Amino acid sequence: MNSEKITKYILFSASLLILIIAGGMVYSLIRGAMPAFDFFGWKFIFSTHWDPTQGHEQYGALPFIAGTLFTSFLALLIALPMAFSTSLFVAEYFRKKRIAVVLSTFVDLLAGVPSIVYGLWGFYTLRPFIVELGLSPQGFGIFTSGLILAIMIIPYATSLSTEIITMVPNELKEAAYSLGATRMEVIFNVIVPNARSGIIASYILAFGRALGETMAVTMLIGNSNNIPNGLFGTGNTMASVIANQFAEASGLQLSSLIAIGLLLFAITALINAFGKYIIKKLAAR
Amino acid sequence: MKNTDLIENERNVFVNDHQKVRNFKNKLLLVVVVLFSALTAFPIILIVGNLLVKGYHQINLAFFTQVPPDTFTAMMAKSSGQIIPGGIVNGITGTILMVGFASLIAIPFGIMIGIYLYEKKDARYANFVRNITDVLQGVPSIVIGLITYLWVVISITKGYSALAGSISLSIMMLPLIIRSTEETMKMIPPTLKEAAVALGTPYHKVIFKVLIPSSLGGLMTGILISISRILGETAPLLLTALGNPAVNWKLSQPTSSVPLLIWQFYNDPNMVSLIFSSSLFLMGFVLTLNLISKRIAAKRSIQ
Amino acid sequence: MNQNIIQINQPILSIQNLSVAYDKDKLAVKDVTAGIKKNAITAIMGPSGCGKTTLLRAINRMHELYPNITTTGQIKLYDENIYDMSTIKLRRKVGMVFQRPNPFPTLSIYDNVIAGYKLNGIRLKRSERDEVVETSLRNVALWEEVKNSLHKKGNFLSGGQQQRLCIARALAFKPEVILLDEPTSALDPIATAKIEDLLIDLKESYTIVLVTHNMSQAARISDNAMYMYLGELIEYDETTRIFTNPQNVSTQNYITGRFG
Repeated sequence: MNSEKITKYILFSASLLILIIAGGMVYSLIRGAMPAFDFFGWKFIFSTHWDPTQGHEQYGALPFIAGTLFTSFLALLIALPMAFSTSLFVAEYFRKKRIAVVLSTFVDLLAGVPSIVYGLWGFYTLRPFIVELGLSPQGFGIFTSGLILAIMIIPYATSLSTEIITMVPNELKEAAYSLGATRMEVIFNVIVPNARSGIIASYILAFGRALGETMAVTMLIGNSNNIPNGLFGTGNTMASVIANQFAEASGLQLSSLIAIGLLLFAITALINAFGKYIIKKLAAR
Repeated sequence: MKNTDLIENERNVFVNDHQKVRNFKNKLLLVVVVLFSALTAFPIILIVGNLLVKGYHQINLAFFTQVPPDTFTAMMAKSSGQIIPGGIVNGITGTILMVGFASLIAIPFGIMIGIYLYEKKDARYANFVRNITDVLQGVPSIVIGLITYLWVVISITKGYSALAGSISLSIMMLPLIIRSTEETMKMIPPTLKEAAVALGTPYHKVIFKVLIPSSLGGLMTGILISISRILGETAPLLLTALGNPAVNWKLSQPTSSVPLLIWQFYNDPNMVSLIFSSSLFLMGFVLTLNLISKRIAAKRSIQ
Repeated sequence: MNQNIIQINQPILSIQNLSVAYDKDKLAVKDVTAGIKKNAITAIMGPSGCGKTTLLRAINRMHELYPNITTTGQIKLYDENIYDMSTIKLRRKVGMVFQRPNPFPTLSIYDNVIAGYKLNGIRLKRSERDEVVETSLRNVALWEEVKNSLHKKGNFLSGGQQQRLCIARALAFKPEVILLDEPTSALDPIATAKIEDLLIDLKESYTIVLVTHNMSQAARISDNAMYMYLGELIEYDETTRIFTNPQNVSTQNYITGRFG
């Protein structure tokens, strides 16, 4: 064998590592989750009851699935107008201006803040504020977590959609202006329709981020095992219940937490694959 | 051809007066966009400002050279209005140990896989690997923590360990480095590589003498960004490295890290003021790394 | 430099002492005064960077989309200064066709033609809409070619067809004036010839101002022609005269191909 072949062989072997990690991940999660699924069957996903008390152990993941979806949708809802405005600010209204560079640097920095720091800020600054407003007695819960999550995903929702909006051809905007359209009309009739799939993809990927965020949510959601009762109710997300209960878990509870990890893995992988698929279709166009 | 008079008539029909409404809406949108954009920039200022105000007075020499005090000492200091003695040296060394070892695994493998994907652009297998890499990049960090717990904590080190922490961090780094390597290599002019190949240069030399040197800036950016991402990771370490009140350099032992210490302080009401100093330190480090990598990336795009 | 500029009687547009500057001191158009004849084709020629496109865009204020622009002087459409009008109203009366065909890729052919109405929020009855679409497409001789695929997106059309669609889009609004910025520079000779024939037909009902790089095109279809150099209007005359007997040396050099 010559050296060229050896080099290529080494590179190929390295690529196997990715497949081993991914394959192993799925295998280990399924194997770890098996006892829980064996014991509870489909009820594991649809049961609302989660009780680790020795003797009458019972594990159902629905409260956490609900908590995850609830907080993530709320986060997306709050982040949407902010992210959309920011992309318009950077890619359209103040394109290439100094102020746009400043804003996008700020937004990039937002992406660099560690999750736990968001959690602290939420706990020590945002939570008392929510208590003061009288929205909830302790300030924990869906709303507080959703708000923090929104801030955390803004950079992800913004960066790609900014890029896509920048790529809308100037000629099309000029065509619309020459027909008497105002800037707002150009934005909603030319820019948005032409950048639509990219904008949607970036929001999907941001949503995927929100689903798996752990520390900040763990510190703010209130850590209860029930389906959240309303916007200011407490609960747990799939990620936060693992973080909260992992240390004391063993046996069936550990298996149930791993099963929740498996579900979380599946949901985020699906959402991400969907977002990436849209982007790829876009790139092929 | 159309009758000219008819056109003249039709021309005069157009005086619809939505104009004021339309201009108003147009201005309103600008105001809304500026308002919401300002609102987006607001949190980062608040967060950094908050940490600076609450955290700076705890940062001193001891902060970098001593381990945290026990909760009783902290309580005494707090009640007498003094700053809490001690520091976070066990966290700093733990972070250096785990991030360092994670980089040692993830950087060479990431670059090799990135080069492989770059060489095989459209091959079916390469596309598959690329998609899997994307999936891996989206896996929540807590799930990676779970997996490493199953793989390393239970099976290899039989207990929480720095090795487990490092491996979970390296799994998070790997996809980032792979994709940034591939993207950077794509920007190398193909003629550069062809010239080397035409001279009969062996392939491994092409990699080390052409591909890597001419994409060094991009590789550095990718590495720095991936390091800045994992520096603040807490969730996977909770499940793998656990924490350690003393300085530990052994891979087989439980180890602390700066974010793990923050989590620990958060759960201990006596340590509150150490939380902010540690967070300030961590944020300062992460954001500086971010800005440096941006600088490198910007410089590279100018060339 | 000795200028030779003809007077136009009862012009539809009169440009008066118009100057346009980018970044304060870089003048793109210098003190241009000229009238534009109604129902005629006026060509603007000159080497690249001479300010002809800026002058054209100043007529429907599209040049204001560039950053840091200052405009002095005025342009009157009949008796109204266009810089006192709203751009909404102005651009309805002065339509524009661009260098490269730019139909909206997300809209069908039908919706492209009535895009002006949609963008301006004007609601038409179905029958009115159908009529506008058909007449506009007939005017640009595209009706027969696309009448069976009106509701498809226009990306299967050839470059020439797309450019005619863009002209139809401008015509649908029944403007007074149509501005064309090198409309055939991206097209092949056959498509170019079709557009040229079309423009000659259209001048019966519309006033046409055309920027062109292509001297023979100006000679073929325009009634009057301007020659600009370094932002100044050097010569403005009837086309036949400017090509047979240019008064200015610079014009002469340009027309005989000594530069440009």
